[in-house]
Amino acid sequence: MSQVAQSKGRAGFIAGFLFAPLALYLTFVIWPYVQTFGYSFTDWSGQSPVFDFVGLDNYSALLKDEVFRAALWHNLLLLVFVPVTTILLALFFAFMLNAGGRGGAGGVQGVRGSGLYKIVYFFPQVLSLAILAVLFGAVYRSDQGGLLNGLLVRTGLVDPQRPVEWLNEPDLVLWCLLLVVVWHGVGFYLVLFSAAMQSIPKDIYEAALLDGAGRGQTFFKVTLPLLWDSVQTSAVYLGIAAMDMFVLVSTMTSGSFGGGPDHHSEVMATVLMRNFLYFGRSGYACAMGVVMLVLTLILSIITLRATRRERIEF
Amino acid sequence: MTTVIKAPGEGAAERSGGAGAGPGGREERRAEGTVLNVFSHGFLAVWAILIVLPLIWLALGSFKTDAQIGGSALSWPAHWNLDAFGRAWDKGIGDYFANTLIVMAFSVPLTMLFGSMAAYVLARYPFRGNRFVYYFFVGGAMFPVFLALVPLFFMVKRFDMLNTYHGLVLVYVAYSMPFTVFFMHAFFRTLPTAVHEAAVIDGASHTRIFFQVMLPMAKPGLVSVGIFNTLGQWNQYILPSVLMQPQTGSDPERYLLTQGLIQLQQQQGYASDLPVLFAGVTIAMIPMLVVYLSFQRQIQAGLTTATLK
Repeated sequence: MSQVAQSKGRAGFIAGFLFAPLALYLTFVIWPYVQTFGYSFTDWSGQSPVFDFVGLDNYSALLKDEVFRAALWHNLLLLVFVPVTTILLALFFAFMLNAGGRGGAGGVQGVRGSGLYKIVYFFPQVLSLAILAVLFGAVYRSDQGGLLNGLLVRTGLVDPQRPVEWLNEPDLVLWCLLLVVVWHGVGFYLVLFSAAMQSIPKDIYEAALLDGAGRGQTFFKVTLPLLWDSVQTSAVYLGIAAMDMFVLVSTMTSGSFGGGPDHHSEVMATVLMRNFLYFGRSGYACAMGVVMLVLTLILSIITLRATRRERIEF
Repeated sequence: MTTVIKAPGEGAAERSGGAGAGPGGREERRAEGTVLNVFSHGFLAVWAILIVLPLIWLALGSFKTDAQIGGSALSWPAHWNLDAFGRAWDKGIGDYFANTLIVMAFSVPLTMLFGSMAAYVLARYPFRGNRFVYYFFVGGAMFPVFLALVPLFFMVKRFDMLNTYHGLVLVYVAYSMPFTVFFMHAFFRTLPTAVHEAAVIDGASHTRIFFQVMLPMAKPGLVSVGIFNTLGQWNQYILPSVLMQPQTGSDPERYLLTQGLIQLQQQQGYASDLPVLFAGVTIAMIPMLVVYLSFQRQIQAGLTTATLK
């Protein structure tokens, strides 16, 4: 490093290389974030350049906003169920792929064709959420033209005259959306866990096997503790995804920017966008942005803390 | 015993001889293994069908008529023609595709260039405030895009870059910085210093060392971050839907593919030409499928290592 330090033009080089990236980043990312905090204390409409400072009015209005409270509740439900469902399914399938095969000796035999399964499972990850929205919009159609209703009518489980209105049923809509996220995410986390499982040295399993551990025991006492880091990271990522949900909710459910029927699928992001682009209440929308940020940060910290365990090196 | 243990991985199904030598418990375990094998294939196959079935069903939909689609989900296309694909293309899918490609042709290379430049300087040149700048960049990954959306819209508007390609390119690059800097920073740190020092002694300038020595050495990292950014930007929906709306009556529509599909979906609600919508989605899926199948190993490895770093 000393050579580098002494050579000439060093300061100019550093400044030159940092200038463009920093300038872009400051202009389009950091400054808007800072402004959001500022605007959240104003009654800015977004249209006119004039606005007044209103203190914490936006935040106290948020507390009383029934729609926002419902949205917050839905985000919290998703925040619990999206990571739990996705991680459990991904772990289950990863275990099946890597240790569900024949042959007791190694105890870590993968099933045949595990590569093919991974290719199929991972594919949804490369599809955009817009494609998912159209696809599942069609799957959940409320007549026999929808894949689910079509299958259910054909098997006689559902009366053809009264098909299930998946996305218009207040009690169903949120869970239908949850399934889309799970469908999308399982493959990715499965590949992630599977890679982590394969990096665990084989002799650990052999040792466990010699000590007489069964498959279940091996999984819970050996594999899972060694995977814990990956599980933790996944929980944070999935949690952040559950706090968003904008694309799916706004495109698949009824109402402007989604959220229907009657706000039963509302999430914070859709309420924010509606207030910003539809009602012209930019200051209020900014306050929602700040609340979302604070919640995301708190939840990330909680997840990382609550799931913290001693790190096992191997 | 030892031979059995050393054998895993090769011809597991036919190794009955090895088990006979072991204690009786091993036989039981083998039987349990067979049951588990059938069991796990069953579960795995069910999930695979759940993934593939809706996709194929949707693609088949583009060959059906609107009446067929509305009638029953389980109908089979009566006429195999590509009409719907032609109509989808005319409805703008072709333009949306082109717009997306134009934006990404600039945004991905620029992201990689700027991201690597910043990451390289921060990883290799200690200076006062280095750590601060680094955390400043990386910290942006914690915040949801929504937080910035409202002021971002007005910021882009002030630069007169709403509904322009270059405006969206710059915004994409800016929002890809935290992750790119984070990952490339880690990567540049792992590169050996000896090569760098040799180049310095040879009298190469800092800029030249970066472009001709360090960047080629960082190729594996560039590939996996590049894949990550390509997928991320290709799938972006919120930024274009806010920033790429025609501003005046004469302003041409420059929708990106994701935006265009949603637009098409919303129009179909009234026009009821679902084959067009399904064909549009199929058109959008095909390049992803081709790219995915050709590079699936790199994509899986790139995306998952990038997440775990």
